[in-house]
Amino acid sequence: MSGNINVLLKIWHQKNANTKGGFVDYKVNVSPDSSFLEMLDEINNDLERKGEDPIVFESDCREGICGTCGLVINGEPHGPLRKIATCQLHMRNFKDGETIWVEPFRAKAFPVIKDLMVDRTALDKILQAGGYVSVNTGGVPDANAIPISKDLSSEAFDAAACIGCGACVASCKNASAMLFVSAKVSQLALLPQGHPERSKRVQAMVMVMDELGFGSCTNTYACEAECPKGISITNIARLNREFFNAKFKSSVLEY
Amino acid sequence: MKLDAKIPEGNLSEKWTNYKSNMKLINPTNKRKYSIIVVGTGLAGASAAATLGELGYNVKAFTYHDSARRAHSIAAQGGINAAKNYQNDGDSVYRLFYDTIKGGDFRARESNVYRLAEVSNNIIDQCVAQGVPFARDYGGVLDNRSFGGAQVSRTFYARGQTGQQLLLGAVSALNRQIAKKTVTLYNQREMLDLVVVDGKAAGIIVRNLLTGEIERHNANAVILATGGYANVFFLSTNAMNCNATAIWRAHKKGAAFANPCYTQIHPTCLPKHGEGQSKLTLMSESLRNDGRIWVSKSKKDLREPWNIPEDERDYYLERKYPSYGNLAPRDISSRSAKEAYDDGRGAKGGEAVYLDFRDSINRLGAKVIEERYGNLMDMYQTITGENPYKSPMKIYPAPHYAMGGLWVDYELMSTIPGMFVLGEANFSDHGANRLGASALMQGLADGYFVIPYTLSNYLASEKPALVDTNDKQFAEEESKTREYIDKLLSVNGKQTVDEFHKKLGRILWDYVGMARNEAGLKKGISLIREMREEFWKDVKVVGKNEDINQTLERAGRVADYFEFAELLALDALNRNESCGSHFREEYQTEEGEAKRDDEHYAHVAAWEFHDVGKWTRHQEELNYEYVKLATRSYK
Ligand SMILES: Cc1cc2nc3c(=O)[nH]c(=O)nc-3n(C[C@H](O)[C@H](O)[C@H](O)COP(=O)(O)OP(=O)(O)OC[C@H]3O[C@@H](n4cnc5c(N)ncnc54)[C@H](O)[C@@H]3O)c2cc1C
Ligand code: SF4
Repeated sequence: MSGNINVLLKIWHQKNANTKGGFVDYKVNVSPDSSFLEMLDEINNDLERKGEDPIVFESDCREGICGTCGLVINGEPHGPLRKIATCQLHMRNFKDGETIWVEPFRAKAFPVIKDLMVDRTALDKILQAGGYVSVNTGGVPDANAIPISKDLSSEAFDAAACIGCGACVASCKNASAMLFVSAKVSQLALLPQGHPERSKRVQAMVMVMDELGFGSCTNTYACEAECPKGISITNIARLNREFFNAKFKSSVLEY
Repeated sequence: MKLDAKIPEGNLSEKWTNYKSNMKLINPTNKRKYSIIVVGTGLAGASAAATLGELGYNVKAFTYHDSARRAHSIAAQGGINAAKNYQNDGDSVYRLFYDTIKGGDFRARESNVYRLAEVSNNIIDQCVAQGVPFARDYGGVLDNRSFGGAQVSRTFYARGQTGQQLLLGAVSALNRQIAKKTVTLYNQREMLDLVVVDGKAAGIIVRNLLTGEIERHNANAVILATGGYANVFFLSTNAMNCNATAIWRAHKKGAAFANPCYTQIHPTCLPKHGEGQSKLTLMSESLRNDGRIWVSKSKKDLREPWNIPEDERDYYLERKYPSYGNLAPRDISSRSAKEAYDDGRGAKGGEAVYLDFRDSINRLGAKVIEERYGNLMDMYQTITGENPYKSPMKIYPAPHYAMGGLWVDYELMSTIPGMFVLGEANFSDHGANRLGASALMQGLADGYFVIPYTLSNYLASEKPALVDTNDKQFAEEESKTREYIDKLLSVNGKQTVDEFHKKLGRILWDYVGMARNEAGLKKGISLIREMREEFWKDVKVVGKNEDINQTLERAGRVADYFEFAELLALDALNRNESCGSHFREEYQTEEGEAKRDDEHYAHVAAWEFHDVGKWTRHQEELNYEYVKLATRSYK
């Protein structure tokens, strides 16, 4: 079709976590208005018509908010553009004749399930360790009983915007989950509602993060650059402060 | 089939209090002897599972996602309503109740809607306590904005990501219960059937989406919070995986399906770009606070929008509905867009109208507009490659929300005892049209504040002993599920699942869409039947059951849609009036507005399933004791 572009895709195939994978070539002619994932839908429909297994990849909302999609495109989690998830990437951002490499998010804590799909449930396990305010339903004060400054609330929102996609982990050479964890710790450390459990929370979450095989943070800033929601690296500094204060407090208490 | 809504005695404003005072309780130590299945971890499911866990029940939560946080609720943008009256602009529980009833075009149950308005304030308190970062004013108190169908500012919001923040709040409560082991999460599991023993819900059959294993789970009660069916149209604003399988299969097991023809077509979505399009993106209705909707006054106007002078523009909503203007309810706004397009006056002659920020930018400055809608403006630019600060957005209506759903009584119980339905999956509160920002309210009301009470009332007369999963009923359902999967895999035709889904969507859009008529609906039904037959002869589902098989997952959902679509059209055909989202061309006023027939249709249509293509229509009369039925006017 006129206006369409031709690209060569090299897409990762892998049967499961225990087998070795490899790249398979696909030549496609695609509209620049098509999204990257719509292009994959088309490839899959072609494969299905031929009776072949489609490429397994995940997506759901296709609006960049559910955090389900996640591909490494030309070496970058969520592709070449900043501050978008894979599903928001459109083919108009590629050149006619370009070769595009497509891989899953890779990290020790994210085993490949099949092809481009990985297991990211480790992120939820960290949240289960303390990423909440312990209030039961009912019996809470009126919403306006706790005034919170607009700036503070806005800063907490910036941290709360994390979509749990795991791109920060995939972009980090140590496969650290610090940006993800710091986002939740920061949201609840900034807001007064989170204060009563502040020290317990940060210690519990960091402990589980370590247990699950995520690496440590060496301040390369790669995570911030690839994060679709622009979660700031300053959250990691805050997490470190919170952690230090909590440790200090608990060691004082132990005496 | 008997439809008993079980509306409590007393004045409208006392019903819920009376219910709570008289309901049966289970003592705290006995609660853990009861097992509850909750299917779905969206706002409705997550809030229900967390709260029931807190109360001490033994809860099993299911979702087909890898994480509870990915439920479709995460994508809600604009906000959530509550009758707090923080703005001192005259809001009250009664006004929220009345607006919701009126917005629904007088086709919802008074008692349920009143309760919804009553608990709305508790929701906001709960969310704030969890740390949901709602928008605030400089003084530190919560901010509000207005949404369609209301003349007060009662919508609470968290930038353009309200659903995300509310869901993360509910999921954090759920995570806390998972850590406490009161809730067990079964992720990547799809419910494929309901098990009914001695007329009561006894459990479910699920498929493990990673291994294909078919599992049996038992419980004393089953709660479905599985979302809406708008994806039956293929192109909709819903997430790709949203589907009706859980409610449809429960319907086939005896749960009445209510008002399937009430499907909301949202006025402000991005138009379609081509055949490969996989979904339509919603642009939050909140944009209509500052954006003006218009088309050219002349047909086939191919000029660029900025070259069309002011006096040649038709701001049709402001012209037709001066008191609500661009904030007219969704059904009315969508239909007006369609009229403009049908009249040949769509943007550049195409299937789109303009949503223009020029005047607001001139009045308030681009900075304020960016502050209010920055992420939506960015989203528009990312998808279309056009800058909405410079030229108006192009928008068009798209299927968005299901007001219809499984029939439930005041206790949110379906016609199958022991099976409850919450959130978008039920039909309860929005009548024939849902107002913006009230789905989030309903989902959380159902989950946090209604089901914890009504479930107790049911369980108190049930013994805690469970039906054994080795029981013959479980075994039978499991083998039927396996046979069905084998049947899908063995057709081995030529067309893909997506191709069929697109064709079905097209039929619905053309014949059962924004404007319907008798001949078109009949045609639609016969086309749906033909296409369904073709599906079972010619669909190609590759792969096997014992593996991840996304094609198989979709095939099952589309097969269900083929059955459900017929009921949707049949319901539309049998409702010989226009109301809310259901517009029958035969029934309109001279000015082209919907014409209700209260004498014959002030009822809920609840369908009982006999066989595919065979249903009985039952009626639940809607007795309006407190509200006077009036012609809805937004002029
Ligand atoms: C783009 C968009 C924007 C919106 N914005 C707003 C807004 O601003 N304000 C507002 O009030 N409303 C809004 N809505 C509507 C609102 O978001 C939904 O109605 C609401 O979130 C539905 O919540 P739910 O809990 O009922 O279902 P969902 O959030 O859809 O959750 C369904 C759950 O059920 C699970 N599930 C489904 N089937 C199965 C099965 N067979 N087996 C296992 N699990 C299953 C899913 O995994 C998921 O966890 C919006 C909707 C859309 C599409
Ligand atoms: S911090 Fe950013 S990259 Fe990491 S999970 Fe959250 S949104 Fe994704």
